[in-house]
Amino acid sequence: MPIDWFPLWLSLKVAGIATALSLALGLWLAYVLANRRLRGRELLDAAVALPLVLPPTVLGYYLLVLFGRVSPLGRLYEWAFGAPLVFTWQAAVVAAMFHAIPLLVISARAALESVDHVYERAARNLGASEWRVFWRVSLPLARRSIAAVAVLAFARTLGDFGITIMIAGNIPGRTQTLAVAIYDAVESGNGALARVLVVVVSLVAVAVLTVANRLVARQAA
Amino acid sequence: MLELRLRKRYPPRADSAAFSLEIEFRAAGGVTVLFGPSGSGKTLTLDAIAGFITPEEGRILLGDEILYDGASGVNLPPRARHCGYVFQNYALFPHMTLRENLAFAAERRPRLERHRRVNEMLERFHLAEVAGRRPHEVSGGQKQRCSIARALIGSPKLLLLDEPARGLDAPLRAELYALLGQVRAEFQVPIVLVTHDLEECFELGDDMLVLHDGRLVQSGPPRAVAERPANVEVARLLGIFNLLEAEIAELDPQRNLSRLRLGEFLLAGPYFPGRLRGDRVWLCVRPDQLGVAAREGKPGPNQMPAQLLRTVETPRAVRLEFSGGVTVELPRTEFDKHKHTKEWLVGFPPQALRLV
Repeated sequence: MPIDWFPLWLSLKVAGIATALSLALGLWLAYVLANRRLRGRELLDAAVALPLVLPPTVLGYYLLVLFGRVSPLGRLYEWAFGAPLVFTWQAAVVAAMFHAIPLLVISARAALESVDHVYERAARNLGASEWRVFWRVSLPLARRSIAAVAVLAFARTLGDFGITIMIAGNIPGRTQTLAVAIYDAVESGNGALARVLVVVVSLVAVAVLTVANRLVARQAA
Repeated sequence: MLELRLRKRYPPRADSAAFSLEIEFRAAGGVTVLFGPSGSGKTLTLDAIAGFITPEEGRILLGDEILYDGASGVNLPPRARHCGYVFQNYALFPHMTLRENLAFAAERRPRLERHRRVNEMLERFHLAEVAGRRPHEVSGGQKQRCSIARALIGSPKLLLLDEPARGLDAPLRAELYALLGQVRAEFQVPIVLVTHDLEECFELGDDMLVLHDGRLVQSGPPRAVAERPANVEVARLLGIFNLLEAEIAELDPQRNLSRLRLGEFLLAGPYFPGRLRGDRVWLCVRPDQLGVAAREGKPGPNQMPAQLLRTVETPRAVRLEFSGGVTVELPRTEFDKHKHTKEWLVGFPPQALRLV
């Protein structure tokens, strides 16, 4: 039986890009939430954690409305990139990011807060701005925990189904990710394909968890 | 010149009682030592100068610059205060080499000058050979030198040190004192140092501020403070005195005489101006100022019979603890003469008697 590996490659690509973007956004959010005395900070806090508790289909529906071809955001995207977002693989990236960002922001904040504050004090005392304290001291000292979280976020985004199917759809060869392909295989009675893909996903997950655990263990040592 | 007046209150919390810091002092050049037991507010004072905590009111002036002024709302952030701070455990950035630690602190300087300045400091503090190592790969002495070099590299207007000798063994401690002496001479920077070690005050301090429970209780050169503690509290904090409760039984200014009742014993002393007969006072006398004798027949004047409870050997002397809370310190040779003494007399030389 020839197996179409496209869903695996697509999933890895989507997860990789989504993790990178989420890491940048998540660290920035973690910095803002930790440093700025914003009004509405609690609201932002709650908003960041929201994707953890909402059903993925609900999130997917919101995104569909938000980025649909008639919505302002959707039009802006279409104007900027020359093509609509929904039902493309880029939409799968956006979907994946909604799984990665809460995980990254919450864990990155915990990691940054666990850095001994004496180093941050020392940096300020030596004339560093808050931004430099963050980049040169807090972040490097928390880098292993953050790397471990990024790996976990990567694994988490690899498996998204609900949001992806809502806004990226199930177009074989274009937007069909692993999780969607497995569902599709089961639906169409292709048990053999489903079994292979399930084993592949499980192996990738185990590998990723091993890497994450090693990162954490080395930090502790 | 540092001028400081501040007040900061901490409400009681589950893990700590209420605390208030209310302190005012000036520190000119040289080394000013903040001395006090833990919890007296020494480190808080240092943190307020560095800008890590914000007082409720007061004013902190460094030279002609206002670091903090409660009335006008001036409160410079730590990075703008130009105070070098040497932290208790050095706080060298563990992910940077010693060279990078110094370079981080010199980043406000132009690139070329920065490079030259880092090299100069590495040379001056004998760190050139280990400049490429991380803090955990160098010795305690090297870490210490690096943290002081890092605090000085930006040419601060004030150097703050938080218990720099805590947890150091004797050789490292001696090295630190020598280094601080050198820093003092070469960098012309006023130093404020926190310690709870009286010997350190004598070793390093030009001026000593005694803190207790968030208040300044006495200040002056260490010698003067140790010779004339302002009150029984200071005497107790210094920890070098016998403090005995007494009552003035007689005062005779004409003959420069007094008698102090110590329990049922009467001691002759000099006249104490400003006291009245019947005053309850604290007799404050250093253990090495007292003498001992074996009891043979009638005790002489100012010799009080006492029971020896315990002897403690110290590196340089022997400490004898007597009943009534009297401690006497004798040179070892002196003590050896008393091997067979069973009944003791403690001698109080009248000129050594001081009241607080």
